[in-house]
Amino acid sequence: MRRLLLASVAASLAACTTPGAVGERPKASASELDKVTAVLKRDFHERGQAKMNRVELDEVQRLCNLNADNPPAEAAKRIEEAQLKTIKFPSGSLMGDWQRAEKVAQNGRGSMWSDKPGAPAGGSCYNCHQISPKETSFGTIGPSLLGFGKQRGNGPEMQKYVYGKIYNSKAYNACSTMPRLGYAGTLSEEQIKDLVALLLDPASPVNK
Amino acid sequence: MRAIACGTVLALAFSPAFAQQQSKFADYQRMTAEGSPVELFELSGEELWKKKQGPRNVSLEQCDLGMGPGVLKGAYARLPRYFKDADRVMDLETRLLYCMTNLQGRSPEEATKRLFGNANQPSEMEYLSAYIAGQSRGVPIEPGSSHPREKESYELGKALFFHRAGAWDFSCASCHGEEDKRIRMSELPVLSSPKFARPVMATWPAYRVSNSQFKTMQWRINDCYRQMRMPEPKYASDATIAMNLYLTATAKGETYRGPGTKR
Repeated sequence: MRRLLLASVAASLAACTTPGAVGERPKASASELDKVTAVLKRDFHERGQAKMNRVELDEVQRLCNLNADNPPAEAAKRIEEAQLKTIKFPSGSLMGDWQRAEKVAQNGRGSMWSDKPGAPAGGSCYNCHQISPKETSFGTIGPSLLGFGKQRGNGPEMQKYVYGKIYNSKAYNACSTMPRLGYAGTLSEEQIKDLVALLLDPASPVNK
Repeated sequence: MRAIACGTVLALAFSPAFAQQQSKFADYQRMTAEGSPVELFELSGEELWKKKQGPRNVSLEQCDLGMGPGVLKGAYARLPRYFKDADRVMDLETRLLYCMTNLQGRSPEEATKRLFGNANQPSEMEYLSAYIAGQSRGVPIEPGSSHPREKESYELGKALFFHRAGAWDFSCASCHGEEDKRIRMSELPVLSSPKFARPVMATWPAYRVSNSQFKTMQWRINDCYRQMRMPEPKYASDATIAMNLYLTATAKGETYRGPGTKR
């Protein structure tokens, strides 16, 4: 009996510590999502370029919130296909200028209420990724991109993938943590092409 | 000689007076070593707390921060909490606004005119936060958790923490959800985990060395939402208080030791 009691105490203690466990994210129900959106509408206001329509959930955000970023495979596939259609692939080469891209990768501004609308934005790339070996102050939320082109090649398919991934990351992974930098209007076609070159051009420091 | 000196030091070290001295000295050393002016903010905050202001020309000294009118010791460590007179869960800054309007008779417009200051001119709210938070040093963090409204607020804060939205699809957990992650060189505490929330919440509000400014918790939440590419949370709104309560409750039990000094 006593052993049973101890075991149950131990089990409940374990249960107590689990919710605090790192990375644990609760699934939200549809009504909970509506409630949070209503709170955001009531308790937030627009400022600068950050308008109130940003609190409205699109189908990507809805799916990811409902499934704690781990949606059923079929739903994820459906979303990814729809997101792929949002990407406007430019005609011609997708490889821009890697030298110009370094500045875009470094720049952490853009799409915030404190940013001047229309001013050139950055991709905040180094906030989360290692890219050029020269920059040692890089974040680790995303994978290291050092040697990206060297390892994967730089053919038309790879160029298209990198362009698409930066334009709309959710076309390839429905609940990716990465922002949809082209789709959100943060980066221009030219800037994304330059970033493709930063990752794929054999002359880029990334591939040296 | 050395042995005697060691013996004396040891004997002294076990006397309570010395221990207290020692810990004060350690605090002092830590502060001066970092060049932190936190104590100056606390002193200015005390002056403002006692300054007669507003149409009624009274000070904030009779403001009830949850432990009775004018009781400051340990009050911050028990916020946010439900206040019956306002029928609302409130954090420190929200409660101060309440006292400025209800006690001093100031208009909400006047009291909220300048909430976030700068290096040259900190705000009244920043000074007051420093002073009042400092009065909870050594007190365990224990925000309100029993009233239904407190439970509701905590749940809202938790839901907000994980809620992805905005131009960049971020939730708080996008950056504060996994261990051993950084933005550039800044380490990111997993704020849904007590282990990481404790040292963070034990040291806010805080002085930031990098821009020579004292920052409040309302500012901290506001600036996260700015970087999340969201619209701006209204100051002292229920959403900000809920977030504050969720983070503070996650750090429950930790001894408050702020205001802190950050990079």
